[in-house]
Amino acid sequence: MPQEENNIIEMHGITKRFPGVLANENIDFCVNCGEIHALLGENGAGKSTLMNILSGLYKPDEGEIFVKGKRIQIGSPRHAIEAGIGMVHQHFRLVENFSVAENITLGMSTPRFGLDMTAIEDEVSDLSKKYGLQLDPQAQIWQLSVGEQQRVEIVKMLYRGADVLILDEPTAVLTPQEARELFDTLDRMKATGRSIIFITHKLDEVMHVADRVTVLRGGRVAATVNKEDVTSRELASLMVGKEHSTVLPDKDTLQSEPVLTLSDVTAYGDRGTIALDGVSLQVRAGEILGIAGVAGNGQRELTETITGLRRIHSGTISLHGQDISNKTPLEIIDSGVSYVPEDRYGTGMAPNLSIVDNIILKSYRTRVMSKGPFIDYDAAKRQAKELVERFQVKTAGIHSEARLLSGGNAQKLLLGREISSDPKLLVAAYPTRGLDIGAAEAIRSILINQRNQGVAILLISEDLDELIRLSDRIAIMFAGKIMGTLNRDEWSIEHIGLLMAGVLDVQDEEALT
Amino acid sequence: MKHETTVTDESAQRPQGRKWRIRVERRLSAPAWWNVLVPVVSVALALLFGAIFLKMSGYSPVKVYTIMFKDTFGTRYGITETLVKATPLLLSAVGVSIAFRMQLWNIGAEGQIYVGALAASWVALTFTNLPAYIMIPAMMIAAAFAGGLWAFLGSAPRAIWGVNEIITTLMLNYIAIFCVEYFVYGPWRDPSSFLFPLSPVFPKTAWLPCFGRTRIHLGLIFGIVSALAVGLLLSKTKWGYEIRVIGENPDAARYSGMDISRNIILVMLLSGAISGIAGMCEVSGIIHRLQAQVSAGYGYTAIIIAWLAKLHPIGIIIVSLLFGGLLVAGYSVQIYGIPADIATMLQGSLLFFVLGVEALARYRIRIIRSSPEPVQAQHTADDVAREIT
Repeated sequence: MPQEENNIIEMHGITKRFPGVLANENIDFCVNCGEIHALLGENGAGKSTLMNILSGLYKPDEGEIFVKGKRIQIGSPRHAIEAGIGMVHQHFRLVENFSVAENITLGMSTPRFGLDMTAIEDEVSDLSKKYGLQLDPQAQIWQLSVGEQQRVEIVKMLYRGADVLILDEPTAVLTPQEARELFDTLDRMKATGRSIIFITHKLDEVMHVADRVTVLRGGRVAATVNKEDVTSRELASLMVGKEHSTVLPDKDTLQSEPVLTLSDVTAYGDRGTIALDGVSLQVRAGEILGIAGVAGNGQRELTETITGLRRIHSGTISLHGQDISNKTPLEIIDSGVSYVPEDRYGTGMAPNLSIVDNIILKSYRTRVMSKGPFIDYDAAKRQAKELVERFQVKTAGIHSEARLLSGGNAQKLLLGREISSDPKLLVAAYPTRGLDIGAAEAIRSILINQRNQGVAILLISEDLDELIRLSDRIAIMFAGKIMGTLNRDEWSIEHIGLLMAGVLDVQDEEALT
Repeated sequence: MKHETTVTDESAQRPQGRKWRIRVERRLSAPAWWNVLVPVVSVALALLFGAIFLKMSGYSPVKVYTIMFKDTFGTRYGITETLVKATPLLLSAVGVSIAFRMQLWNIGAEGQIYVGALAASWVALTFTNLPAYIMIPAMMIAAAFAGGLWAFLGSAPRAIWGVNEIITTLMLNYIAIFCVEYFVYGPWRDPSSFLFPLSPVFPKTAWLPCFGRTRIHLGLIFGIVSALAVGLLLSKTKWGYEIRVIGENPDAARYSGMDISRNIILVMLLSGAISGIAGMCEVSGIIHRLQAQVSAGYGYTAIIIAWLAKLHPIGIIIVSLLFGGLLVAGYSVQIYGIPADIATMLQGSLLFFVLGVEALARYRIRIIRSSPEPVQAQHTADDVAREIT
């Protein structure tokens, strides 16, 4: 039942399951008319799933949705827009070779025949002027900057008559200047009575622009609060949850020699923006350095620069004192660096090849695995069998295709392959992401085991509990920078949470509130 | 294949009030006997399709198909001619298949055949006094070199700047054909050819030996050997392993330290070299001189063959024989006033139906009597794999 007159959106008891994951669990979420409502949470907290339900991309398993007091079923994005709900996704849905105006009308059922482009262009200009979204309706999408493309997406939704605008991490692709302009636009839209749902993980943005905040954690609502009533410190702890006890055997690694050293490393991301901004860190032999931070703050670029898959612009990366900056991936592999990539099927394996072929991906060049120009498939099979047994991988056989392995089994094999070369440094990006508890624990104990054997491990994870359990030290990344590196006795989950959200110290926080 | 694809497509046919829907789903894995069923059904459909056209043009499909079959696989002449026609098809199909394995779309086999023939002819016409045991290998090396060079021209821009190799290799085909035309109309024209665009006949030492009194020449052996060698290369060697990994997942290849640009160039060199030898075999084994038309589109047919055989070397041998037979059958029905293009049409429809049936076999249709709110989920491969294990 709708509870309040003023609520334009009410979602009650929303539950959404994906195979193996409970993405949303019994979520209640309401948006008032004319408010900016921030939806705050870490990756995997269920923010995008919830909004994809509201915008018609997913259907909830349970729960009901009321729009303007009427219960509706949102079966598709078209239904959503008919109900006045428009979503601007993180990855834009635009046709590069079409003009702005063409993109805005694309997919609309009116007018049915005869597009009057001039009229549409005029209307687009009017809309963009009204909300301060500067746009040339005749420009082609490929000519526009990312910020301008985002404006096109927003105008597209306004043109379709959206009363509720959902923005999924809108500032992730913007410069600070563009972000400020966006916030001005949002204020103008609010003034005309529209509601905005703003998905984010950045606390300063929440404090800056939102009226109310709903915090999601682990698929559930942690709290819904008015901005005036909270501090960013409280929001941070709502976002990341409670502290857990440690299980890692204490070990004094501060004295051991550094294996990996990054000094002042700068690198560009795929879009040509700065992804690593003067990163300096050290990983010592026999320690796990955890990298905390919300995904997309430079972690992927960090792993890629260390493993030679991405060039660095300035600074140096060295391994045991030897400069490995901008060496080829092969040279870096040969110098003893193993890598568990973020995308295990997309990068770490060739899914359509057999398990045996995947096991030798790194070692097929070695003497052990080859005889002259030929691969020694007997040796390869032996190693595949050994790894399958040692890590208790469930497979239909070592000749079956790797894509048929479940996520946990694939990851065990991949990690097994990476440590079988006795690396000096192991870079592991999100090694337990998407795995069930049993598999995740197996992966964690392999990592601890490697640490105890003296391997230097760089562990990237979005699961703070995991980092706190496994890491000897934690470095926090935000916007391509290391916000701080904390030892076991220094850290608190609250402190890490604040750094993850880009708040440097308590003074900053007070300035925000 | 990228794995974020939506595995469950819903064609939301949902008439109001009725509680069922049709769902098109992707099969996770096909049973082994599909590998037999799919080609058989496709060939049957292609023949049926051809039959409809024959019937509409006033011929009896049964009669035409009988003639086609008898005149190719039923007579000694038919069989030998089939082998003769299969030879260049086999060689160039092996050539393109190795590039396709790495997802390099080399459609320049036709041009590589022409430059191979041109280079071999240059050797035969220039060094006329060489003994056969030097002449033939020299012609082969020249042809392989020229074919490789032609493929290199098409692939270097791809390796360095990422230029689409389909365009470059296709364009190079025309250049190669015009080069050959230039030589046979110009400098190499045989003075005694009555102005026909033909080079002088090669010295006998430049003729590939034939089997007995047939027209089947040594090129057939080259073809079979190259198919087997490529099969061995791909399945047993380090280089072949790199080719397979790059073809399946370039990101994984980069991650494991493979040099993709270098492999693009090397694989294209090999691919072009084999097609170049196909061109040499045509001039040295069959025509014994260079003429304006070296290949009747063999380089393009080779693409179809490589796909129908799913790039499998043994499959390529079999499909090449089948397509060689189709060409011969096309000529034989001409005697009965039926255009030879029937063979080309059957080739085309074979490819069409094989690809079509295969694509359809990847999906299954399910009718679901629905529970109240069916869910359209975007599964990742991760999830799917978990479901089936």
